[in-house]
Amino acid sequence: MPSRTIRTDYLARVEGEGAMTVRLDGDRVEHVELRIFEPPRFFEALLRGRSFREAPDITARICGICPVAYQTSAVNALESLCGVDVPEPIRLLRRLLYCGEWIESHALHVYMLHAPDFLGYDGAVELAKDAPQAVERGLALKKTGNEVMSLVGGREIHPINVRVGGFYRAPTRRELRVLVEPLERAREAALETVRWTAGFEFPERTVACDLVALSQPGEYAIERGRVRSDTGLDIDAADYDEHFEEEHVERSNALQSRLRGGGTYLCGPLARYTLNHDALSPLAREAARDAGLGTSCRDPFRSIVVRSVELVYACDEALRVIAAYEEPDAAAVPVEPVAGTGYGVSEAPRGLLYHRYRIDGEGTILDAKIVPPTSQNQLAIEDDLRNVVAGNVQLDDDRLRNLCEQTIRNYDPCISCATHFLQLEVERR
Amino acid sequence: MSKPKLAVWKFASCDGCQLSLLDLEDELLAVAGAVQLADFREATSGVVEGPYDLSLVEGSITTPHDAERIQEVRRASKALVTIGACATAGGVQALRNFADIDEFVAAVYASPQYISTLDTSTPISSHVAVDFELHGCPINKRQLLEVVTAFLHGKKPAIPSTSVCTECKQRGIVCVTVAHGTPCLGPVTHAGCGALCPSYTRGCYGCFGPMESPNTSALIPLLRLRGLDDRGVERVFSTFNADAAAFREAAGRA
Repeated sequence: MPSRTIRTDYLARVEGEGAMTVRLDGDRVEHVELRIFEPPRFFEALLRGRSFREAPDITARICGICPVAYQTSAVNALESLCGVDVPEPIRLLRRLLYCGEWIESHALHVYMLHAPDFLGYDGAVELAKDAPQAVERGLALKKTGNEVMSLVGGREIHPINVRVGGFYRAPTRRELRVLVEPLERAREAALETVRWTAGFEFPERTVACDLVALSQPGEYAIERGRVRSDTGLDIDAADYDEHFEEEHVERSNALQSRLRGGGTYLCGPLARYTLNHDALSPLAREAARDAGLGTSCRDPFRSIVVRSVELVYACDEALRVIAAYEEPDAAAVPVEPVAGTGYGVSEAPRGLLYHRYRIDGEGTILDAKIVPPTSQNQLAIEDDLRNVVAGNVQLDDDRLRNLCEQTIRNYDPCISCATHFLQLEVERR
Repeated sequence: MSKPKLAVWKFASCDGCQLSLLDLEDELLAVAGAVQLADFREATSGVVEGPYDLSLVEGSITTPHDAERIQEVRRASKALVTIGACATAGGVQALRNFADIDEFVAAVYASPQYISTLDTSTPISSHVAVDFELHGCPINKRQLLEVVTAFLHGKKPAIPSTSVCTECKQRGIVCVTVAHGTPCLGPVTHAGCGALCPSYTRGCYGCFGPMESPNTSALIPLLRLRGLDDRGVERVFSTFNADAAAFREAAGRA
């Protein structure tokens, strides 16, 4: 095979800045790396010296696509440290807000970032010329997610209503009722989304790594749960550092995670679905079955169908929460700082998000650690890419490049959390 | 006549402000029909060469590479509008400007030698001429639509430069400071959010940055009266617009 170098300067339709290099020596894949050059912003350093009450507002700014995930993991860590268990209505409001973020983020990824790969378009705007109804359906879904976030959180990007201990103002039952009709329509649109994505053509792929997600008895874990894997891990957030380690490699401004003594693992929709399938609502399970998904899914390409099923679930669950919601006595419970270390987790749309804070008796943050889903998935993405390239060396440069890009987008990487431009370079020799 | 070319650029940021464009769900396809989306990587892999009629720039300058890249963006753009607190004031990452960057790098990364970063996070206007600055962390998407529409029609955007207090009064929201004794940056903060925090019975925390003529020296004693100590006053001015001149000076006086 002649020596060739293929470059894509910037991979589009991901969140953040990074690069990908694939080097081929004949049919042999010599080297694969995902390089993250999103400029570092040093959140863990700048949190030191701040009040623990500022953590949800500051960490939200790590990501404009999933701020609620950051806010939730932060309040979970700090409330557990300070011995506060928020009352059920406050927990339900947090779950509702988080459902809004899942709907918004998943609709963005399914329709605007990922579907164009399967259908052969540059983006959703181009797709809209040929399939306006599909794109309009995606935008309507996304809008409903944003409406939930705006009502409960104050605004869709960097919500202002979340605080340690609860909210600044709890919505009334009457206010939440406004969301019922749009969510019912969104649920129909989500079901249609499952049927639509299930009809795409999928190359057969299976990933073998461990799958890690939160689990919570009786519910599809979102805003709380224990950290579990499909190979038997079952730990509290406080034990996360004992079981996972982060490594700093030269090519990346993100730290890469692995299981101590083990290896690569994957978090996100495939892990959640495989670990928690039985906890989905009957409607979401039925939609998954009709789409041909089993009770587990290890195919990164089919993650788009799993995200669509999670869209059904998030709409369904938001409606359930609204129906069950009783206004809390107070929007927040008082939280007094306790010196020590607190640990918090939640399921960001892209996967497990871990926060750890050490604070003093005055509530000043002494130390912080944040592990976003994309740094946890980076090694799994590289492994998958290596295998995809190895199985497709016969493809011409353009088709191989497209397949590599799609392989990366399968994981909905958020490099702002851990990227906006991925630079893809395929070298052959 | 060919459609005007719109480009969206990202520097150090959270992606939230450019997401605001995609969050205009009801208008997005109409906007995309009125312009040529020439370079908007979050939305499309289709890329059209410059020059661009309008460039929207998100994020701050924090690396030597980005300091060069913004010059290229300026050269390729007829009009350049910065969107959000990172691009207009350096963002929350500008807190490094008051710290030792080497220590910051070492606190986060095991191998600091792999990290290429500048000592400072600076707004786009510190590097190139900027035609308009849209404030907010994040920006208000309605205001973004107004700015894009105005620039494409050669008009001045109708973006008020008054304070959040004005918006509170316009909306008839009860003053959180007067009624509840809650410390609030509304009197010195740039309008644009629609007095969001006070409408949720929270004091404004200044995410839109300083208004045009902020009287922070008059506000600081009021903040103290409402229970903030020196550290509290310093913190409240040192967040998402920490290096905007008026907020930086106010934090220094605390």
